[in-house]
Amino acid sequence: MEEEQEVERVSEDAPVAQNPWVTVVWNDPVNLMSYVVFVFQDYFKHPRKKAEKLMMEVHEEGRSTVSSGTREEMERDVQAMHGYGLWATLQKADA
Amino acid sequence: MTAGFRRRRRSRTVVAEFSGFEADLLRSLASQLIELLRSEAAEPTSDDPLEAMFDFTGPTSAPDDPVLARLFPSAYAHDDEAAGEFRRFTEGTLRTEKATGAGAIIDALDDAGLPAQLTEADDGLEIEVELDLAAARTWMKSLTDVRLALATRLGVEEGDEEVWWAMPEDDPRRHVHDIYEWVGELQETLVRAVTA
Repeated sequence: MEEEQEVERVSEDAPVAQNPWVTVVWNDPVNLMSYVVFVFQDYFKHPRKKAEKLMMEVHEEGRSTVSSGTREEMERDVQAMHGYGLWATLQKADA
Repeated sequence: MTAGFRRRRRSRTVVAEFSGFEADLLRSLASQLIELLRSEAAEPTSDDPLEAMFDFTGPTSAPDDPVLARLFPSAYAHDDEAAGEFRRFTEGTLRTEKATGAGAIIDALDDAGLPAQLTEADDGLEIEVELDLAAARTWMKSLTDVRLALATRLGVEEGDEEVWWAMPEDDPRRHVHDIYEWVGELQETLVRAVTA
């Protein structure tokens, strides 16, 4: 029992330990909702439903965390988002 | 006025017909974007020519021009040093990528038969543009850059449509805003045609 709990606790912590950085996309008054959905599908290969959910978060809450990973990976994602014309930043996951 | 892009049956392409005026306007917007991307050079500013020659990295501070600052935003909101480093290694690449994209729009219009200079003889001219997915993606990105540039110059804000509609017809800002809206509608048809 004790062991099992320990395993569970570790696996819960694991995503944060492995993905210490996140990419955040911010709302802007210019980008079309349909285009933002397209970008999330095109670049992150998200299914349409997930891409729409992230877009609505950006639109309604002003921001959405769209990916997580190493700092290098997130810099790559942010650069790609800037290439698409989206306003994106990266930060530590716990920031 | 163009109906925008639509999916062509039995091929994986999208197609749109533009009047000569519309095609010329798109080409002009793309050219202005390229000019802007090259204006405030993303290059080291050392006065020492030898030093400048061997410094292959880019700028570390945000561009002065508000449009360029929007096209190349800070990647770190609360860490200027990290943002500068990121910029040094990415802004040059992004500038080239965006200028190449705008260039692709110009090339596509030229290849589709848009003359270098429109004259009255070109009345009734129809420019048909056909794009595969890769080209459509390039157009979408570049139309976004054009819209970001126009919106930044105009000071477009969330939900401000009525401000523009209430503006006198002869106000040049209203004219530019009409163009901004038109490019947005065109892009909407392109996104729909690609994702439908």
